[in-house]
Amino acid sequence: MNILVCGVGGQGVLLFSDIISNLALRNGLDVKKSEVHGLAQRGGSVTSHIRFGPKVYSPLIEEGTADAVVAFERLEALRYVHFLCPSGRLFYDSHRIDPLPVSIGTAERVPDDQIEARLAARAPRRQMVPAFKTALELGNVRVQNTVMLGAVSSCLGFPDESIKQSLTELVKPAARELNLKAFAVGQAISACP
Amino acid sequence: MTRKLLSGDEAVARGAWEAGCRVAAAYPGTPSTEILEAISTYKDIYSEWSTNEKVALEVALGASISGARALAAMKHVGLNVAADPFFSAAYIGALGGFVIVTADDPGLHSSQNEQDNRFYGLMARVPVLCPSNSQECRDYTMRAFAISEEFDLPVLIRLTTRVAHSSGIVEVGERTEVPLKPYEKKVTKNAILPAFAKVRHVDLEKRIDRVAALSLQDEFNRIEPGSVDLGIISDGVCYHYAREVYPDASFLKLGMVWPFPGETVRRFAATVKELLVVEEVDPFIELQVRALGLKVTGKDRLPRTNEMSQRALRLSMGLPAEKAEPETGVTARPPALCPGCPHTGIYFALQNQKAFIGGDIGCYTLGVMPPHSGMDTCVDMGASITVAHGTDKALGATDQRPHVAIIGDSTFFHSGVTGLINTVYNKSNVITIISDNRTTGMTGHQNHPGTGQTLMGSFGTIIKPEEIAKACGVKTVVVVDPYKVKETRKVVRELLAKKEPAVIVNRRACALHIRLHNPPFKVDPEKCDGCKTCIRLGCPALSFDNGKAHITATTCVGCGMCADVCPEGAISASPKSNVQSPKSSAGSPS
Ligand code: SF4
Ligand code: SF4
Repeated sequence: MNILVCGVGGQGVLLFSDIISNLALRNGLDVKKSEVHGLAQRGGSVTSHIRFGPKVYSPLIEEGTADAVVAFERLEALRYVHFLCPSGRLFYDSHRIDPLPVSIGTAERVPDDQIEARLAARAPRRQMVPAFKTALELGNVRVQNTVMLGAVSSCLGFPDESIKQSLTELVKPAARELNLKAFAVGQAISACP
Repeated sequence: MTRKLLSGDEAVARGAWEAGCRVAAAYPGTPSTEILEAISTYKDIYSEWSTNEKVALEVALGASISGARALAAMKHVGLNVAADPFFSAAYIGALGGFVIVTADDPGLHSSQNEQDNRFYGLMARVPVLCPSNSQECRDYTMRAFAISEEFDLPVLIRLTTRVAHSSGIVEVGERTEVPLKPYEKKVTKNAILPAFAKVRHVDLEKRIDRVAALSLQDEFNRIEPGSVDLGIISDGVCYHYAREVYPDASFLKLGMVWPFPGETVRRFAATVKELLVVEEVDPFIELQVRALGLKVTGKDRLPRTNEMSQRALRLSMGLPAEKAEPETGVTARPPALCPGCPHTGIYFALQNQKAFIGGDIGCYTLGVMPPHSGMDTCVDMGASITVAHGTDKALGATDQRPHVAIIGDSTFFHSGVTGLINTVYNKSNVITIISDNRTTGMTGHQNHPGTGQTLMGSFGTIIKPEEIAKACGVKTVVVVDPYKVKETRKVVRELLAKKEPAVIVNRRACALHIRLHNPPFKVDPEKCDGCKTCIRLGCPALSFDNGKAHITATTCVGCGMCADVCPEGAISASPKSNVQSPKSSAGSPS
């Protein structure tokens, strides 16, 4: 199974992929995860590749072979949608964070309806998840990634209990309750497209 | 045996701990930073952030000379800084096992070049191990300590970003305490004066020949027989890419790439019809295979730049690949200074100054981008001051522009101090700005001499850049608060106008480090006249829509810089907030 996670620095992409790789380890699979650190975290585009199965060689997913792309931001979904295999699933947050060149006026914003149309053409199996909005309603935008985790959980092929265990293990004790709530809300939002 | 999910960096740390390492030193640098961060969690190892890589390597060398197992870690360009002692260390050898880790960055995810440090081993005559995944990172590190002691040599481990920052399952064990080897004073070995070094060089060649014999039998260089049509020689993560693209081929997987296992390669070549070398960046293996007189496909087909990947391999070898062209016209999302970043204030103050600005390495390098366009050059750690000195010397008399250097606090301690001394000694008019955000921001907030806090958690003397500047003989030294943007700008303009040597320290804690989150500021659309002054700050929370500035509440951390610069007074703290916008005591609107 190949999952590509993408978003903007600071959105919790790395924690999200830690939880999934931990799950694979727990469930006795081989797993590799590869991510970009450093400069890219300063509000830049961030990706994480997760691969698990009986035996994994490369830590990188090849373009056109991802079973799922999980995007925490709309424009990032468009940037990485070409990683999907033809039957792959796209989960994406409609939340928009303008890149700096757009907010200081040196680049044009790609219109939302255009992004929608282009995503539709490339990813017939897709599900919009309002994870950012939901997290905001829950009182903390930082659980956006947990809402997203809830939303994709049914496609991962792991038991619910195992996912929750991995989640509680990796978030700070003080944030556990809120995260479990965010996970449940995420689950309610989505089914596998 | 326990199974853990570890990154390559964490696995190196684990291997060092299990191997009984006692001393570890590094300067942070992506993708090597996490090695020392992980080592610092093992309390049996003395660990430190050294002021730079040369210092780190020498600290570890000293520990090894005294009989302890020791490790130094750095990113690829860090080994350039440490190259001086690295070459000498090969002559000296190792009493306690001595391992140096270089984390190369093919694809320049976060670096100024993509140099291939396998060549350093060849040039300094130091064995080079290239692990391909996390398990090998742990195993090779342990073996490296043993080889180092057995052959009286330092050992270089070369990681790349994809090995350092990928996580995989690692079977780990427990620590074996390795007693200190009894130290004996041996000046002919440890003091490489010309007369002694001559002898040591001859000895080094003998030691290397003995390792060469090991590389032939050792488990590092493994033949995996497959189809006789194609034989692939590969090292590091490229081996895994090639395995996926050519599941049926025969493989020679190299773990020790220098001394080069020539006989193994010959033996392998004899079993296959064609040879292909798959490696990242430079043709290191390929050159040596060719030197054996063998015919081989390599960089004549495969790329010499950027990272290798399954797809890059398929496309360059003309193999079918999935149709997966990226979408066009997707606006780039370059990294930017964080909301509330104190560097923002100083770059704003430097805007439109018609100055030559020498830049340096750190978060503030992002100030090279619009809207700041705040530097003319970026070369390496510390070069801001020295390059500005050079331009001042070359152009000073004829040039109307002030010559300015901008450097961060950690970089200043790393290699700025010598440059500053040089400007005073050689009388230049460079104005040095030390952008002191109280941490090493770029690599994830490591401590340094200016914070007084060590990697192992103790707290001591805080070393202040302004006091160093004074001690270096700089007469004009000013400390400003970059959140008071207008005031900072006034000071900067005054000093730049004088074109005399000066040091400005702009001090404010990194917003990400202290997790600044005051209630968001607001723009009053009635008062905003669309002048875009605040937009020029380049704060990611600020945008411009329908002729008015706008603040994204979820992004704004409430630093108040935008309120300070707004000439219309249109920006203010939200009513709920108890934060005041910083008042300028001496500011004039532009
Ligand atoms: S991490 Fe700190 S220093 Fe770096 S851009 Fe963000 S606020 Fe500025
Ligand atoms: S107060 Fe202004 S400058 Fe500071 S983070 Fe908020 S919008 Fe950016």
